[in-house]
Amino acid sequence: MDTALDGNAAAGAFGDLFAFDVTMAMTTCATCGDRRAVGELLAYMDAPGIVLRCTSCRATQLRLVRSADRAWLDLRGIQALEVHSPTP
Amino acid sequence: MRWLVATVAETVPETARAVTLRLDVPDWPGHRPGQHVDVRLTADDGYQAQRSYSIASPPESDRLELTVERIDDGEVSPYLTTVADVGDQFELRGPIGGWFVWDAGDDAPVLLVGGGSGVVPLRAMLQHHAGSGSAAAMHLVQSARTLGDVIYRRELEALVGPRRAVTVTLTRESPPDWGGHRGRVDAGLLAEQGWPPAAQPHCYVCGPTGFVETVADALVELGHAPGRIRTERFGPTGG
Repeated sequence: MDTALDGNAAAGAFGDLFAFDVTMAMTTCATCGDRRAVGELLAYMDAPGIVLRCTSCRATQLRLVRSADRAWLDLRGIQALEVHSPTP
Repeated sequence: MRWLVATVAETVPETARAVTLRLDVPDWPGHRPGQHVDVRLTADDGYQAQRSYSIASPPESDRLELTVERIDDGEVSPYLTTVADVGDQFELRGPIGGWFVWDAGDDAPVLLVGGGSGVVPLRAMLQHHAGSGSAAAMHLVQSARTLGDVIYRRELEALVGPRRAVTVTLTRESPPDWGGHRGRVDAGLLAEQGWPPAAQPHCYVCGPTGFVETVADALVELGHAPGRIRTERFGPTGG
């Protein structure tokens, strides 16, 4: 059975790192070019870290692994991360 | 984001497997319908388990509500559904997520499609629709296996009005005198109960992965723009 949740389930963990709401950010998949909100990516939470996969082609887009005082963010699977950010 | 202490003020059984916890959360900053919280349980030996839950209550509710369905081999839901009692405390943080959120100031028609406990964030939207006096028309299509599995049935029926409709379909078994729909949510039911694509409705779909993909595909097939369809999925590891 597919055990995927979605990017919303991962948003709390990403929220510890980013000042913006990661569920609203749009990624462009490096593998297939699909553009979608992080909230709609497939989230696999039961790996040693969090893995977010492309909803369209299932390729890994983002991975987040953390220890007590450090986080590793692997973004190789995305071409771009687009964040709504009005100029202050 | 800071962890807050939630105290169980009331537990409301919804179905044989689902319970609504009404919580007192001092310093709760408020939320929008559709948002989440992370819940964290800590065992005596320090072991922690964390899960994400949709908020069941609308912003205007006096208490934060979570409706949790028991996953038998889960780590968090068995505690929340069968052990947690009035006065018990656990940690949560939120609100989280601005994507799967409905804005009451938006007058576009809204189609909500929920499978099983996927109705939880949609309940917050429907109640907020009623509480805010929104001018939008909102229609909920809710799918459950049996009549006994329909979460919030009477409560949502009571919300039906000039701009709010609720359709329930039962997928596994239904009473002989059942006047509602039978079978899974498909393009036929969505065409009949939803809005025409020309009305440019917002569509919110929430449920297990298979349900979400089937419904989202059917909506696209009917001609709805993918950009108007927002989805939220939860899986068996949600426990």
